[in-house]
Amino acid sequence: MKAFTQHTGRVVPLDRANVDTDAIIPKQFLKSIKRTGFGVNLFDDWRYLDKGEPGGDNTQRPLNPDFVLNQPRYAGASILLARKNFGCGSSREHAVWALDDYGIRAVIAPSFADIFHNNSFKSGLLPVELDEAVVERLFREVETQPGYQLSIDLAEQTITTPSETLNFAVDSFRKHCLLNGLDDIGLTLQHADEIRAYEQRRYQQAPWLFAGVAAK
Amino acid sequence: MTGKTLYEKLWDAHVVRADADGTALIYIDRHLVHEVTSPQAFEGLKLAGRQPWRASSILAVADHNVPTTDRSQGIADPVSRLQVETLDTNARDYHLTYFNMNDRRQGIVHVIGSEQGATLPGMTVVCGDSHTSTHGAFATLAMGIGTSEVEHVLATQCLLTRQMKTLQVRVEGQVGPGVTAKDIMLAIIGEIGTVGGTGYAIEFAGEAIRALSMEGRMTICNMSIEAGARCGMVAVDDTTIEYLRGRPYAPQGELWDCAVDAWRELVSDADAVFDKVVVLDGTAIQPQVSWGTSPEMVVSVGGRVPDPSEEADPVKAEGMQRALQYMDLVPGVPISAITLDRIFIGSCTNARIEDLRAAASVVRGRKIAPTLKQAMVVPGSGLVKVQAEAEGLDQVFIEAGFEWREPGCSMCLAMNADRLQPGERCASTSNRNFEGRQGSGGRTHLVSPAMAAAAAIAGHFVDVREFSS
Repeated sequence: MKAFTQHTGRVVPLDRANVDTDAIIPKQFLKSIKRTGFGVNLFDDWRYLDKGEPGGDNTQRPLNPDFVLNQPRYAGASILLARKNFGCGSSREHAVWALDDYGIRAVIAPSFADIFHNNSFKSGLLPVELDEAVVERLFREVETQPGYQLSIDLAEQTITTPSETLNFAVDSFRKHCLLNGLDDIGLTLQHADEIRAYEQRRYQQAPWLFAGVAAK
Repeated sequence: MTGKTLYEKLWDAHVVRADADGTALIYIDRHLVHEVTSPQAFEGLKLAGRQPWRASSILAVADHNVPTTDRSQGIADPVSRLQVETLDTNARDYHLTYFNMNDRRQGIVHVIGSEQGATLPGMTVVCGDSHTSTHGAFATLAMGIGTSEVEHVLATQCLLTRQMKTLQVRVEGQVGPGVTAKDIMLAIIGEIGTVGGTGYAIEFAGEAIRALSMEGRMTICNMSIEAGARCGMVAVDDTTIEYLRGRPYAPQGELWDCAVDAWRELVSDADAVFDKVVVLDGTAIQPQVSWGTSPEMVVSVGGRVPDPSEEADPVKAEGMQRALQYMDLVPGVPISAITLDRIFIGSCTNARIEDLRAAASVVRGRKIAPTLKQAMVVPGSGLVKVQAEAEGLDQVFIEAGFEWREPGCSMCLAMNADRLQPGERCASTSNRNFEGRQGSGGRTHLVSPAMAAAAAIAGHFVDVREFSS
């Protein structure tokens, strides 16, 4: 997994609540069997004026000039500022892959949907939860200050804006994995003996759980 | 010592190890797999040279991309076809039990799991699909997971996670005639909002929930994720046990009796304490219709499209304004004045036999409105379809002007050919009314199967309780 330690980048504000994973990456692009290449279709329905299809040439498509990602002042942004319940809906990890592939390294919001939040850590995308009032203040600052940037330090759990330093909370295990780019599966398999012991114990109590779904 | 909630019992029974910081490894009993969220997980497994830890725990099915029309020619869209073929290959390579597109048991993953008895009380159930919460109706800990987690479960049979907080949603009293599980759940989401359940495991309880069939309970648990909760559940009772008796993968004989004894314990203790409790009056719940682009944007069918200017929270008001614009609605319009282009009866929320019976009973002997472009019924599984046909429901729908389709996810998310065209408005029994969910530019109103059927006949929303010939 890709590590996340520190990052400084331009901020793009997406000023709407309940941004769902269908909006982040529409369903037609989920047909891919790869993990890469989703960035050009990030927010496809909002970003382009026509309808995108998988495998299409996105360079010729008409852009929606009103959508923030298309505004020159936010070009090259790598930090997404969002509203509450970001990433709600479908469990599709393609949403995280699309953000990552586009170049977004962190998303800041007052709250995240559980599955999206979980998925983010698996691809090295940092979700940062801040108080609603703080997020509101950041929105005002981003909108009034062209070229607005933030610095995020995961080890220190701080965000530095042009005027202040904010602290944020993060689960200690996930922080450790993200800082070191650790692979969950490798870590879990270090406990293989414990998993086998659990299975034996559990089989004694509830053998029907192990009957499996062999062909009937 | 206080008692345990159902969630806490399920959690405690599955902890393989727990670290001091609260991170735990929990054991997964059943892994459901479909074609959209699994290819990258199998690829990861292969690249690392790993094998599934316990292949017999996996039940795989193709559902999202499959055509709901004649399948004899395969899938026309080459990208969809490749995704389904990739699952065919993975199932073969890893010796998984797999219901392919032409298997009579094929259907939506969250319909077939319980139908086959593959979902049993006391299990942990995962699937790379947020509607895995459906299986909580059987007193399971059932959660949607992402593709990286699918790979983790394939490789280790475990999930790395943390214990959630507990929320009891109690619906007291009995709902009136014509008010269904879907209406109860939409009313709950309208009450607690799409963030109300975030970070919680929900247990649905109370007289109105107890009175529901397993199909109804699945509808409720299915939409837990729309209230923000990764999992929702209902305690075991006689309804649960009777549903499972004789199902193909349910235990038999002596093992069945042992299992039932254990399952009877899968209820929250009387003195269990929940982190949060929400109580709704079931007698006050009316048939619901969503008006906006988030499942919390619902009103009773007798209501009107709300006015954002009356909303105090500016972020919420702006969301409402945006939703009205997308939905092409103006504040104050009666819900019954909203006319429709298409009707969709299907999805993992509402495509089980009871749902089709409810819709057919409204449709019987009537014709769909001539103003509709299309009305379709997509059974949740091949076996639901066979059962419905044995009861003559297919003929009821066909005579009324509905299309009777093959099973799959279909127009709930429009990954196959079934979709709305830009600007079209649909009464749908599915679970999400997000922008573009049923097709780019399409407009979705979430309703119960009976309400969708009534809307099909009238051409606009109508209170199914007042609906007469």
